[in-house]
Amino acid sequence: MSTQPLIDLKQVHKTYNLGLPNEAEVLHGIDLQVNTGEFIALMGPSGSGKSTLLNIVGLLERMTVGHYQLQGEEMVGLDDAGLTMRRRRLLGFVFQFHHLLPAFTALENVTLPALMAEGRVSDAQRDHAKELLDSVGLSAALNKRPSELSGGMQQRVAIARALVMNPPLVLADEPTGNLDTASSDDVFVLLRRMHAERGTSFVVVTHDPRLGARCDRLVELVDGKISSDEPVTRADASKV
Amino acid sequence: MGWLGFERQVAVRFLREGRMQTLLIIVGVAAGVAVIAYISALIAGLQANTLKKTLGAQPHISIQAPDDVVTPAALRAQGTTVLSEVQVRAQRLRTVANWQALIPVLERLPGVAAVSPMVSGSGLALRGEASQAISLQGVDLERFDRIVGLRSKVVSGTARLAPGEAIVGRELAADLGLRVGDRLRVQTTGSSEVVQVTALVDLGVKELNRRTVIVPLRSAQNLLGLPGGATNVDLTVRDVWAAQAIGEQLRRELPYQFETWQESNAQLVSALNAQSISTSLIRAVVLVVVVLGIASVLVVSVVQKQREIGILRAMGATRGQVLRVFLVQGAVVGALGSVLGVGLAWVMVALFTHFVRGADGLPLFNISLPPSLALQVAAVATVCGVLAAIAPARRAAAMDPAQAIRI
Repeated sequence: MSTQPLIDLKQVHKTYNLGLPNEAEVLHGIDLQVNTGEFIALMGPSGSGKSTLLNIVGLLERMTVGHYQLQGEEMVGLDDAGLTMRRRRLLGFVFQFHHLLPAFTALENVTLPALMAEGRVSDAQRDHAKELLDSVGLSAALNKRPSELSGGMQQRVAIARALVMNPPLVLADEPTGNLDTASSDDVFVLLRRMHAERGTSFVVVTHDPRLGARCDRLVELVDGKISSDEPVTRADASKV
Repeated sequence: MGWLGFERQVAVRFLREGRMQTLLIIVGVAAGVAVIAYISALIAGLQANTLKKTLGAQPHISIQAPDDVVTPAALRAQGTTVLSEVQVRAQRLRTVANWQALIPVLERLPGVAAVSPMVSGSGLALRGEASQAISLQGVDLERFDRIVGLRSKVVSGTARLAPGEAIVGRELAADLGLRVGDRLRVQTTGSSEVVQVTALVDLGVKELNRRTVIVPLRSAQNLLGLPGGATNVDLTVRDVWAAQAIGEQLRRELPYQFETWQESNAQLVSALNAQSISTSLIRAVVLVVVVLGIASVLVVSVVQKQREIGILRAMGATRGQVLRVFLVQGAVVGALGSVLGVGLAWVMVALFTHFVRGADGLPLFNISLPPSLALQVAAVATVCGVLAAIAPARRAAAMDPAQAIRI
């Protein structure tokens, strides 16, 4: 059996405004491996570089120096079209502010990646999207616009959308950051359930130690460096 | 469904989302398209009418014998300079040499619709104590009718030119107190003849109506002392604007004098050209305004939709797809505006035809919006919509997804 990690980051540095007077390095040599099927929390104080790291993993930003292999393929050196195709095929995103398209219904938001990939949505893809929305508890809201849904519901739609193309990896940036405690718990439980049911890997950026403690592995970032990277024990989980 | 399916759906939703903005710009495009279509139709109608009125009473190309020139008294010897003052010869009435043989040659030319010989000169029309200076025209009625459509210009009587008959201009008839069936004497320097009026005509220009007396070719030949001759051979061509080219061609090939309608109406031609240039300028300015309007709305839309563009890019939309989403928006706005604008122009044309009338209660001239013109304007506006969208679309496509999402 192959032991190749899903994500393999080596000595990743990220510097903004390179060569300018306000040059700032925010990631200082990150080494991180994520295996298929893991559920990882990425934590750390504001400005520690969590979001930048997530953007690099999500192929939304390029690193300044370092190496990144995704499913064994080197991502450094790919052009914009290459990165876009890999985002489309391998990654799902869930953002803090839901980021649904307000002009589309819940179902249309979920079928958007299929429409984007093929120019049309097949019946099978539409059924799959409906099943996903059903499994996140939104079967009654298929034809509602985001503005008609609560924050928690919108985030469920976003989760369904992230999973619709069956990517091996979902990246979530503060997915509960904008929700009240009850909705936040619901959404987190849903993420864990999807992980359990589908075997998708998750990297979740969060501020919330309670959520961090409910992941399989906790990576802490401080000042652009990984300060700790440990599996979460049952004892940790029960403490919070 | 598959072709541009994603781009079309997203573009239409984006437009529907910014309802007010979209509606305003579509109305703006429609107004521009309506102005362009209406002005084009109006000027085309006006020019066609002017040409019809002007060319209705004259040939497109007129052929005459070359001018008489003064023959030098002696050949100039080499190495000498001759100083001379030459008085230009008075041009007598001359016949176009060999005109009978020339007519079939001209008729065979491509683009020539009709050929008619004419004998014309000056004379006097006398009736009782009244006399008027006239332009005497001897024609073959059938041929002449094909040049100026004489029969359609008859206001009284029936156009007929048997020997001893004449067709007279309306004003001349009024000046001499003539009615159909009356007789008048036509007098020239060498001869005179009494003719009977068969019809009164309105040639569209008062001065022509006051001077024209049309008689059979043979009568005019006798009256003007040109037996068997023709002072001009007149041509009508199928495309009036081709007259100049045909005239040039004839000038190169045949030893006669040619005058095209453009040369005899140089002022009119330059007025028509000035009108066409002004129309083109107005159309261009309106198009620029339309393009700027669409572009400015889309620029605002790109800024408003920054986050959505970011999320689409994160989900795997290519730069090309984002670019096309905005190009399609430009095309949709252009196309919808065009449809509305052409409809509006059609209404304006109908209003013009219905309400703008001359003193006689008839429409001033025919103006219509042919489907080809409507289609052309609509196509240009749609293409302009796409062109207007290029800059905003490129801006959207170049957006950094991570930065766009953060906003």
